Amino acid sequence: MNDTFDLRISESHIEVHKFHGGTILLCVILALVLQAFLPVYINKASILDLPLLVTIYFGLSRRNPSTGLLLGTFIGLLQDSLSKTPLGLFGIAKTVIGYLASSIGARLDTEHPLARFALTAAFFALHQGIVVLVQKLLLAQPQPWFTMRLLIACVANSILGVFLYHFLDRLRKS
Amino acid sequence: MAGLPSRHRSLFLLAGVVLLQVLMLAVQIKRDSQGRLIRVWTVSAVSPVERSGAWGIGKVRDVWRHYFALSDTARQNEDLIRENGQLKLEIMQLQSKSAEADRLASLLNFKQKQAKVPMVLARVIGSSADANSAVVYLDQGLHEGIRKNMGVITPEGVVGKVIESYGDTSQVLLLTDRDSGVGAMIANSRIQSPVGGLGEPLLSMKYVGNDDDVKVGERVVTSGMDRIFPKDLPVGIISQVKPGSPFKQIRVRPSANIERLEEVIVLLTTDPLTIKQDVPPPGNAAVTPPSSAQPISGLTNTKPAEKHP
Repeated sequence: MNDTFDLRISESHIEVHKFHGGTILLCVILALVLQAFLPVYINKASILDLPLLVTIYFGLSRRNPSTGLLLGTFIGLLQDSLSKTPLGLFGIAKTVIGYLASSIGARLDTEHPLARFALTAAFFALHQGIVVLVQKLLLAQPQPWFTMRLLIACVANSILGVFLYHFLDRLRKS
Repeated sequence: MAGLPSRHRSLFLLAGVVLLQVLMLAVQIKRDSQGRLIRVWTVSAVSPVERSGAWGIGKVRDVWRHYFALSDTARQNEDLIRENGQLKLEIMQLQSKSAEADRLASLLNFKQKQAKVPMVLARVIGSSADANSAVVYLDQGLHEGIRKNMGVITPEGVVGKVIESYGDTSQVLLLTDRDSGVGAMIANSRIQSPVGGLGEPLLSMKYVGNDDDVKVGERVVTSGMDRIFPKDLPVGIISQVKPGSPFKQIRVRPSANIERLEEVIVLLTTDPLTIKQDVPPPGNAAVTPPSSAQPISGLTNTKPAEKHP
C-alpha cells in the first residue's frame, strides 16, 4: 500500500504510484496559490493552469477513476471559489479531466515525456472545450472555441507540465 | 452503487458529480427575464407534465359529465323547456303591458296638456264585421258624453269620427274607409283639399290641381273646414304624387296608426278648436323630416258650440 505496486489490465504492466501523506493536498494548495499569485507579478503567467496540471498528473499517477474525478472536482471547485466564476464551471471541467486522466493512466504508460506532453495538450484542449461549452449552454456567455492565445497556452502548459511532472515524480513513494 | 460492476461504478460517479455541479451552477445562474436557471429548468420540466395531467383530467371529467352522469339531465331538460316556455309567455305579456302603458301614458299626457278641452279616453273593443268598411267600436258612449260626429284622434293624428253613439259604446268610422273624409290642407303651401279613404292603408287627397306644386314628404293637416276637427291636426304625410286628369293623384300615409288602434281620444265637442302652436311655422315645415307628422300639442276651444247635422 505504501509502495509501488503492479496493476495488470489486459496483459499490460502498469504501475500505480502512491505519495506521502499530505503530498497531494499540499500540491493542490500550492498550485492554487501560485495560480492566484503569479499573474499579479508576471502578467504572462495568466496563461498557465497549474490546478489543471496537478489534476492531470495525479489522475495519471493514481490511475483510479473515482479518486481522479473526485480530486478533479475538489480542485475545480476550489479554483471556482478563488475566482469570480460560478461554482461548478471549472469543477465540471476538472472532474471530467480527472476521470479521463485516471482512466487513461490505468491503460497506458504515461511516464514518457512525449506522452505526457501530448496528453497534457489534449487534456488542456478538452478542458477548455468543456469550459466554453458550459459557458455557452449554462451561463449564456458566448466564448470562442479557439484563439491563438489558447494555442499558446496549450503549448506552454504542456511544456511546463512535462517539467512539473518530472518534479512531482520525485514526491512519489519509492 | 455497490451492485454495479467496478468499471461502471466510476462512470456513474462521474455522471453524478457532474450533474451535481450542473445543478449547482443552475442554482447560481440568474437569467434576467426568467429568474434563476434552476427555476427555469424545473418549471420547464414540470409544466408539460402538469399540462398533460390537467388535459387528461379535464377530458376524463368531460367524458364522465357528458356521457355517464346523465341521470338527471333528461328531467332537467324537460323542466328547463317548461320554464323557458313560461318565461317566454311572461316576456310577451310584459312587453304587451309595457306597450300598453306607453300608449296610455301618451294619451294621459295629451289629456293633461289639454285640460281645458273636453275629451275622453276610450279603448277600442271591436271592429266591423264587414271587411270593406273601416269601423271600430269604443268602450265609451252616450254616458260619457260621446255624440255623433265627434272627432276621434290619437296624439299622433286624426283617426276618424263617431258615426253612432250608444249607452256605453260608440261606433267610429276610420279615416281609411271609402266613405270617410276630412277637411285638410298641405301644411307648407296651405293648399286645401279634402282627404278621404280608399279602403286601403293609404289615403287620397282628391282635388289638387296639376299646376300646384306638391312634394312627397310634405305634411298634411286638418283645415278645420269640416267643422269636426280643429285646424292643424296632423292627418298624414304625402307619400306619392302623380299627375292626373283633371287633378293630381296624391296618396297620404296617415299619421295615426289606424290599423293598430287600441286607445283613442274622443273630442267631446263639435265646437271649432284651434291648436296652440308648438309645431314649426309653415316656412320651416317644408324642411321638416317627412317621417312623421307633428303630433298634436295643444287644442283650445275658441268658439261656442255649433251643432252639426
